[in-house]
Amino acid sequence: MTPAIEIRSVDKRFGNVSIIQDLNLSVAQGERHALIGPNGAGKSTTFNLISGYTAPSSGSVLLRGEVISGLPPYQINRRGLSRSFQVTNVFANMTVWENLRCAVLWSTGQRYAFWKNIDNLPEVRDRATQILADINLATRRDVPAGLLTYAEQRALEIGITVAGGADVILLDEPTAGMSRAETERAVALIRRLTEGRTLLIVEHDMSVVFGLADRISVLVYGQIIASGTPEEIRGNPKVREAYLGEEAA
Amino acid sequence: MIDTAISAPYVKPAGRGQNLRFYGMWVVAAISLVVLPLVFSSGGSITSFSLIGIAIVFALSYNILLGQTGLLSFGHAVYYGLGGFLAIHMMNLIVAHKWPIPLPFIPLIGGFGGLAFAVVIGWVVTKRAGTVFAMISLGIGELVGSSSLILRSVFGGESGITTDRTSLPHMFGWSFGPQIQVYYLISFWLMVSAILMYALTRTPVGRMCNAVRDNPERVEFIGYDPHVVRYLACCFAGFFAGIAGGLAAVNFEIANSAYLGAVQSGMVLFATFIGGTAQFFGPILGAILVTYLQLGLANVTTVWQLYFGIIFIGIVMFAPRGIAGLVMLHRPLIRAGTLGMMIPSYLLSLLPTLALVCGGVLAIETAARYTQSEGEGKVVHLFGMPFDSTSLTTWAIAAALIVGGFLVARITWRRVAEAWDRATTAARDRGCLA
Repeated sequence: MTPAIEIRSVDKRFGNVSIIQDLNLSVAQGERHALIGPNGAGKSTTFNLISGYTAPSSGSVLLRGEVISGLPPYQINRRGLSRSFQVTNVFANMTVWENLRCAVLWSTGQRYAFWKNIDNLPEVRDRATQILADINLATRRDVPAGLLTYAEQRALEIGITVAGGADVILLDEPTAGMSRAETERAVALIRRLTEGRTLLIVEHDMSVVFGLADRISVLVYGQIIASGTPEEIRGNPKVREAYLGEEAA
Repeated sequence: MIDTAISAPYVKPAGRGQNLRFYGMWVVAAISLVVLPLVFSSGGSITSFSLIGIAIVFALSYNILLGQTGLLSFGHAVYYGLGGFLAIHMMNLIVAHKWPIPLPFIPLIGGFGGLAFAVVIGWVVTKRAGTVFAMISLGIGELVGSSSLILRSVFGGESGITTDRTSLPHMFGWSFGPQIQVYYLISFWLMVSAILMYALTRTPVGRMCNAVRDNPERVEFIGYDPHVVRYLACCFAGFFAGIAGGLAAVNFEIANSAYLGAVQSGMVLFATFIGGTAQFFGPILGAILVTYLQLGLANVTTVWQLYFGIIFIGIVMFAPRGIAGLVMLHRPLIRAGTLGMMIPSYLLSLLPTLALVCGGVLAIETAARYTQSEGEGKVVHLFGMPFDSTSLTTWAIAAALIVGGFLVARITWRRVAEAWDRATTAARDRGCLA
């Protein structure tokens, strides 16, 4: 089967600084794949390369066998790939409800319609209502997103990411800055919302990574040094040395 | 946007009642437009109402950019002016060729003029948001503004292009000679434009405009191209600005370079901002106030622009969400019934604040008179009293009013703040404020 995401020998340089060198990564369809690595390893850059935020200096990124590198983010999103951001990135002056409605508009085929009343679009309403319930913000429906608590904003961030129904989801440190209880709720939410979809997740919390992921790739200095099941990664001496060792110490 | 700000926690909207209230507002607006000239029937007030109507359409169109999409334009008069010029040329063509197009359709032609220009240049202008957009809009405004004096055949140079609206085919037996008929024509297009612009805020594109305003980066990751969204906003803003320009052409029967100039662009920014960009009705309030001040102040004082500047600075500093923002601030208090707690402190602060303002006005007027005129013109008549601008007493009174007023007012403003805290706490307890 064609992999959901395939990165083929991608380089990314900013000026003379090389962030990613000869990166190769393959994420199978329906797989929950975690990308781990020390700070500055290039995890967020990898996300930016896949989602079109930046274009690779060389090499190519494929989504279900089609080259997407070089396309603008909205083109990639329309092909069924959606991402969240490490720093909460919502529509702060708009209510939770409007945030979610905007997130489902394109995928319900509304495009740039200026002749339709947004309140009379049953599909938009139903899907936004569904996501609203999924992320447990129904009681906060009409609160401006900027006034939500941090954990609520993170939940909304995930809601916006999955609302469009993309079947490849990229989550960038979804539980960063959360308490233990909040993290557990967030993991349960992610597990539920990404059911049957492909998930690529960057995460620092190892309990989240090992609890959620089917496969793990370890990124160090812009290169994948290991890729495998949680057990294989746990037992990999290179990984222990480069990464997990530090954590354990 | 007016009726979506429902207080939390959310309960399903009281569908029927809310709809009724919503349509009720539009019906009330339409009725007031019809009744207004019957109540204030002097020629002067009907002329003022006509100008206010045009200003409202223009300001609402500007708010599609500023308030809805977060685009600060310094050249919005370009669409207004080009719409106005196209309307004037069209009127002259209709008269010359005896085309069967009656006058009431002229504003629509102005609208298409504004739209056409927006379609052509909007794509480039809206490539970027923020400062880049502001600078390009300023540049295009200057470009079109200055070319209006160079391209004489199109813009008529200094004197502009004139027309005679009564020569066009009549409609319903109306010649549109009397101002009252023009007023009703403006009112009609005002209602149509306002309803359409409000409806636009409730469409998918209208919502995406808000999203682009809040966070263009994120918009790209939910499938939309922010450039296209900004471009569409620019086209709509251009269309309705063109309608306003067409209305102005019908009203004044002349179009000249002032239509396109930086002053016109500044005025609409001013009116929209003072009214408040966050609410749909904000620019309406702003346009009414600014047009009214423009007409009223210019007769009373030579330095009316100075007052404009002071009001603008005051709003930017103390009420950045404009008049509409102040109104919306009080809404939860009204709903909770705690507005009464504010009234004593408001009344208390009124007197010293008024003294402060009067002192300021006296100082400005005497200073203006002292520097501007010679001999007998040195006497200022203010508040029904003569003040000699060369006398020390006048200056002493002004200083006393300003200093004394400020010192007392500061104490009363503190009282207002305390009352505000009590009133909002009470409103929060009653669940009317999140």
